Amino acid sequence: MMNNIRSFIEKAGWPRVIIALFLLGLFVMAPFVRVRVDTSISDTLVRFGMNGVMVLAMVPMIQAGCGLNFGLPLGIIAGLLGAVTSIELGVTGLPGIFTAMLIATPIAIVLGWLYGQLLNRVKGGEMMIATYVGFSSVAFMCIMWLVLPYKSPNMVWGYAGAGLRTTISVDGYWSRAISDILAFNIGDFFYCPTGMMLFFAFLCFAMWMFMKTKIGTAMTTVGSNPEYAKAAGVNVDRMRTLSVVLSTVLGAIGIIMYEQSFGFIQLYMGPFYMAFPAVAAILIGGASVNKASILNVVIGTILFQGILTMTPSVINSLIETDMSEVIRIIVSNGMILYALTRVVKVKS
Amino acid sequence: MMTKKSSFQDNLSHFFVSNAVPIIFLALSAVAIPISRFSTQYLVQEMLVRLARDSFLVLSLLIPIMAGMGLNFGMVLGAMAGEIGLILITDWNIVGIPGMVLAMIISTPLAVLLGWMCGVILNRAKGREMVTSFILCFFINGVYQLIVLYGFGSVFPIKSPDLVLSRGFGIRNVTNLENIRKCLDNLIPLSIGGVAIPIATFLVIAAFCVFVVWFRKTKLGQDMRAVGQDMDVAEAAGIPVERTRIISIVISTVLACYGQIIFLQNIGTMNTYNSHEQAGMFAIAALLVGGASVTKATIPNVFIGVILFHLMFVVSPMAGKYLIGQAQLGEYFRVFVSYGIIAIALVLHAWRRQQDKDRARRALRGNA
Repeated sequence: MMNNIRSFIEKAGWPRVIIALFLLGLFVMAPFVRVRVDTSISDTLVRFGMNGVMVLAMVPMIQAGCGLNFGLPLGIIAGLLGAVTSIELGVTGLPGIFTAMLIATPIAIVLGWLYGQLLNRVKGGEMMIATYVGFSSVAFMCIMWLVLPYKSPNMVWGYAGAGLRTTISVDGYWSRAISDILAFNIGDFFYCPTGMMLFFAFLCFAMWMFMKTKIGTAMTTVGSNPEYAKAAGVNVDRMRTLSVVLSTVLGAIGIIMYEQSFGFIQLYMGPFYMAFPAVAAILIGGASVNKASILNVVIGTILFQGILTMTPSVINSLIETDMSEVIRIIVSNGMILYALTRVVKVKS
Repeated sequence: MMTKKSSFQDNLSHFFVSNAVPIIFLALSAVAIPISRFSTQYLVQEMLVRLARDSFLVLSLLIPIMAGMGLNFGMVLGAMAGEIGLILITDWNIVGIPGMVLAMIISTPLAVLLGWMCGVILNRAKGREMVTSFILCFFINGVYQLIVLYGFGSVFPIKSPDLVLSRGFGIRNVTNLENIRKCLDNLIPLSIGGVAIPIATFLVIAAFCVFVVWFRKTKLGQDMRAVGQDMDVAEAAGIPVERTRIISIVISTVLACYGQIIFLQNIGTMNTYNSHEQAGMFAIAALLVGGASVTKATIPNVFIGVILFHLMFVVSPMAGKYLIGQAQLGEYFRVFVSYGIIAIALVLHAWRRQQDKDRARRALRGNA
């Protein structure tokens, strides 16, 4: 019995176990501080669906040995461009979302391809460069949001008549258009965003299938042993580029999913730190810097988003101080730190 | 052995690749200064102030680069230690130079502890020091917030009502450092042609430069360079690699802590929760602009970098305003440049490493 537990902890890693226990504790404590458990579960589900796709975007690059994709903002920018263009065109409902995705995908492919070419030239230093590519592209887009010729009165600054606003509401366009498909309520407090769940499940399944194909296997080989992959006749650089493109496209789709559920498009510095929660989530789910699975994505997103949902409500009622932000910072970055320092130990 | 075989053109392009960043910045500034319509006197004054303010922070980055640990994003840890010292002396109301010195004394053990921790963690992440120290800063920033926002005033007594939030604990967003404002800068007043020169600060910086030059020649400094060249060879030569690396990070963290105190005495107010984040980014960007790389940085790089980077920084909003009519645009451009320059420098470094490998391979193979 003790051995079983010990080997389980060893396999899962103690930070994951602590985080899971912490989350469990929060759920147990919730009724005692008059926080509704059904609302909490519902909120967790919604946030799980919102963020899931962006966490999924981490998988291809990790598998292909490009490390954690701190450059996710690049994909997010493509998604944002798609979203604002779709609103500019005035398409509402599901078609609006599909328009956004349709516009975002080619942009993401181009950006991802360029980004992939860059990362192929800097093997070994990908993560740091990815971070700063993400940062500088967000800063660059700050200029573009001001300059791009969007005209829709719902999006531009009222007094200047030009330049996009920092937050744009998608209400009246495609707010919750995917979430609400087949959605149902149980009681007054429980809402299940079925459509979003199904969409996420579909993408996960597609990714899982892809990883089983010949190309997917080749990609994994590149990640686990580039020399072997080369000897086996796999074009290493092409596989890496493909993984980066995939990740960027998923990032673009992910942010659109996020926006339709959240109800707002956040421009300017909004996407700046968005890669970090996604990175933290997949690591909490059990991924390492060079190995990740769909299961890691699902578990990690539930655990991480669960904590983000539960800490503000429970801890606030408990000690009457909002410490959720600090807890978020410590948990997510602590997790990334743990992953970065652990890999080397395993290798040596 | 390879100069013989490489052509003049190859050398020229190598020179441009090596110095690409300062050259680009020089060109950008040359275009932007006339557009911004700033007077020479204003710019000279501004550059002197910024040299005094920032050089120490940037200098603190040199030693880890020497030890082959890349850009020490972990210098932010030192900055945080310094800020805790400053909060305490402000609470105790200790004025002027004694206050500054006391802040340094208080924060030194903290910085040593944080630096040691950072060093130990980086030893477990060899080859990815930069990204690890980068994330470590975010992590410790969370701990810093936990202490300063929740611990100060509740667990740790803070008396001054000007410092503490109205809810009774936690430090306010802005800490006023009126007590030590410019105390070092104005210690030895000197003004030439209406341009005030902070002599004392420059003396401190000069002393630091001498220290760096001297340090390179010591046994420890030589050990660090050996470790920076090749860890395995250094280990074989009997140098305690891990210990040397930790020491380099500890020194850097402590110096960054002093650097932040000097920086903030010049500014006179402190954004309790953001000052340190910016300190790291600007110092690293400045060093890179000065032509340093991830593996090689010299003292001239520091000063050239601070001047060029801050010239850009002062000039770009106004240039943006006169050029396009929107100051906001120049503001965003400035942010873009700070991040972009770090991205470019990191890319160039990684790229050059691959190219150097190819050149070396070519030279070995001959002109085949």
